[in-house]
Amino acid sequence: MKKVKTIRTKAEFSARDFLVKYGFILVTLISFVSFFSTQDTFRLSTTFFSMLKYTSVVAITGLGITFSMAVGGLDLSVGAVAGMAVTLSAMTMVIYDKSAIVAVALVLLAGVVIGCLNAFLIVVLKIPDLLATLASMFAIMGLKLVPVKGQSVSSGMMMQDGTTAPGKFTDTFLKIDSGQLGPIPYAVIVWMLLTVACWFFLTRTTWGRAMYAVGSNPEASLLAGINVKRYRALAYILSSVLASISGMILASRIGQGDISAGNSLLLDSVAVALVGTSVLAMGKPNAWGTALGAFLIGVVITGLTIAGFPYYGQDVVKGAVLLLALVFSFTLSRKKSRFISAV
Amino acid sequence: MKKSLEIKSVRKSFGTNEVLKGISFRIEPGEIVSLLGANGAGKSTLIKILSGAFTEFDGEIYINDQPANIGSPLQARSQGIETVHQKINEGIVAGLTVAENLLFDRIALGEISRFATPAKMVREAREVLKALSLEWDDQMLKDDVFNLGIADQQLLLLARALSHNPALLILDEPTSALSNAEVSRLFKIIQRLRTDGVAILYVSHRLGEIDELADRLVILRDGVIQTIQDKPFNWTNALHDMLGMDLREAQFGIEEERGTDVVLSVRNAQIFEESKPWSIQVRSGEVTGIIGLLGAGKSELARGLFGAEKLKSGEVEFLGEAFIPKSPADAIKKGVFLISEDRTRDGILENWSISNTTSLPFLKKIASGSLINFGKENDLASRMIEKLNVVTQSHKSTVDSLSGGNQQKVMVGRWLMQNSRLLLLDEPFRGVDIGARREIAGQIRDLVRAGNAAIIFSSDIDEILESSDRVLIMVQGDIKFDSYLSETSRNEIIQKMSEVA
Repeated sequence: MKKVKTIRTKAEFSARDFLVKYGFILVTLISFVSFFSTQDTFRLSTTFFSMLKYTSVVAITGLGITFSMAVGGLDLSVGAVAGMAVTLSAMTMVIYDKSAIVAVALVLLAGVVIGCLNAFLIVVLKIPDLLATLASMFAIMGLKLVPVKGQSVSSGMMMQDGTTAPGKFTDTFLKIDSGQLGPIPYAVIVWMLLTVACWFFLTRTTWGRAMYAVGSNPEASLLAGINVKRYRALAYILSSVLASISGMILASRIGQGDISAGNSLLLDSVAVALVGTSVLAMGKPNAWGTALGAFLIGVVITGLTIAGFPYYGQDVVKGAVLLLALVFSFTLSRKKSRFISAV
Repeated sequence: MKKSLEIKSVRKSFGTNEVLKGISFRIEPGEIVSLLGANGAGKSTLIKILSGAFTEFDGEIYINDQPANIGSPLQARSQGIETVHQKINEGIVAGLTVAENLLFDRIALGEISRFATPAKMVREAREVLKALSLEWDDQMLKDDVFNLGIADQQLLLLARALSHNPALLILDEPTSALSNAEVSRLFKIIQRLRTDGVAILYVSHRLGEIDELADRLVILRDGVIQTIQDKPFNWTNALHDMLGMDLREAQFGIEEERGTDVVLSVRNAQIFEESKPWSIQVRSGEVTGIIGLLGAGKSELARGLFGAEKLKSGEVEFLGEAFIPKSPADAIKKGVFLISEDRTRDGILENWSISNTTSLPFLKKIASGSLINFGKENDLASRMIEKLNVVTQSHKSTVDSLSGGNQQKVMVGRWLMQNSRLLLLDEPFRGVDIGARREIAGQIRDLVRAGNAAIIFSSDIDEILESSDRVLIMVQGDIKFDSYLSETSRNEIIQKMSEVA
């Protein structure tokens, strides 16, 4: 009697474990295959790559979120940083007539500076992560409007003094989004390279290891001689830099300094990073999980859009995908994830 | 109403671990019984049973010789049992005013409306305060409870418990946050309650207080009542019974090592605001043991030497140079390692493998530049597992999945894999079986034989006798006694520890 019971529970458990581990990958495959077999347009390789291209912005921002989640926090300012990157690159090229290189350099620099400020608020002033980055989110969203007087910056726009803006979005800059290497858009290549780099950094280097330690148990990390402050600071700097990169891709895509750009990016990128924690039952934020999470949301939204699903239903889909991932992580998984519960 | 309390053959287990192994004693009305026991003796479990927090146990509880049904904290209260728990945070409700906190039980029961006017609350609260003859002004009563100091919070909880006119009062370490003046006021109240016929169970680590208050002493060790003493108490015997005495005494004094080189010297160190400054020298080639009960200041000293917190004052010299570590990382660099007291809170990382946990303090050693060399890491873990005889399936198993003793072996072992000059071990044997304890003690001995120094901090006298060459006694932040084991005796140590009483 007892024996039978043991065997049954064991089988039950392993099915559950399988689901927790591979469930999310399975869902991704199933949705991909079902769209692939039912929608003709979905089968086109151009559809595939443009889907990846559109996904790359959220995915790269999600990598930034992955870092802040790895140290046990969350960076709420990423959307604002991406928006700042859009305005700043437009200003640099359109108003100050500088080259794409200068714009890229300035935006990256701004990313580093904002990251350092966030780190300062969190590590030195000891403001809790969520609150500090909430404050900086508002500050950045507001401050970027000051030099442009609240106006979107576009090529050939009328300046305050009645003259026409001297510069324009340069072709080189526009290439960031529109350019391709063979069939693969540059933006997708950037996304993949950054994913590999983040994966390598987080899993293969002492830096990444220390970050995960800090996120898992800061006191234990401190007593093991880890410089907790340094790694938390680094995570927020990386987060900001990644957000500024995704902002540049966004600027290149829309071709103007749209002041509302990047506004919806925060929630989307948090969602993909959270989804990523459930991939392969990692239970912690990780680069490939984030990439796969972004990919799945991209597949489902593209597939449904092609099938005629209205655009305003997209958030419902994102919510459902996130919910599914959370069911894998919390309801089915037997190991608790401290990283997500900290959020 | 006067009530007696009788506990008969109470047993309680958590899984396979039996914490109370048949406890029986009785408290008469107007009697103060003190429960004495080291950490893990089962005191808290017993208190939780009596206060209705644990409802599943074997055995019986009688109130006035009638079987009592204590199915919940509320039922305990309705039968006249009030408990003031040791952890103040568990009783204080943040965000409410002082008055609301004083009346919280009655608000929760709906006896006082949650929306009563502040003036009414203050009036009612004043009644509660009368029990302790506390005179807090209206402003204070209307203030958020978190603006109260910790001592006042403790008094608040006491007042709240007394407002229910308990027949049985359980006090768990009620004085740990109080100043001397407040303690003597509390004692007057307790003595008055005794005269009124309240039965009181008083739990404290402060022997002096127990000596002053208690009528009887119930000594608990490993879930068993060792002895029950009536006044006047024999403190030496009491400590013997509390701390235990077993065959390990035979090992006492064997192959004692004596070091010559002073590695660490601490001058005029002060642990607490009010404690006396003291100086010690720690030598390499011998194991120094520091014995102190809970709250004696051991962890503060250990963490202070490791740079995890600051000593109140004092100068530290390590290997002939001034030593003021700014952080644990700084101390580790200089060869001072700490194995901290609470491995679950301060050591173990959830879901981390043995390999990753072992390498964490020394990531540089398993990496080329910043690149982790997984071969080196796993090799390090395997060597650690072998050295300490950690029972595990592989180095990939998570540390949380190991037994307590094996978890501790990993916690200690990872520091033994690198060269330390001074190893600080804070309660290294807590929750560790005797086999693992011997193994860990043996490793520490090897370390000092190789010319290093080690300090073991423990509240268990036998652990120190078994593992150390020299023993220091710490009482309320002060070092009271310093001797080699061969020049003292177990009795003398217990004597010195009980002298405070």
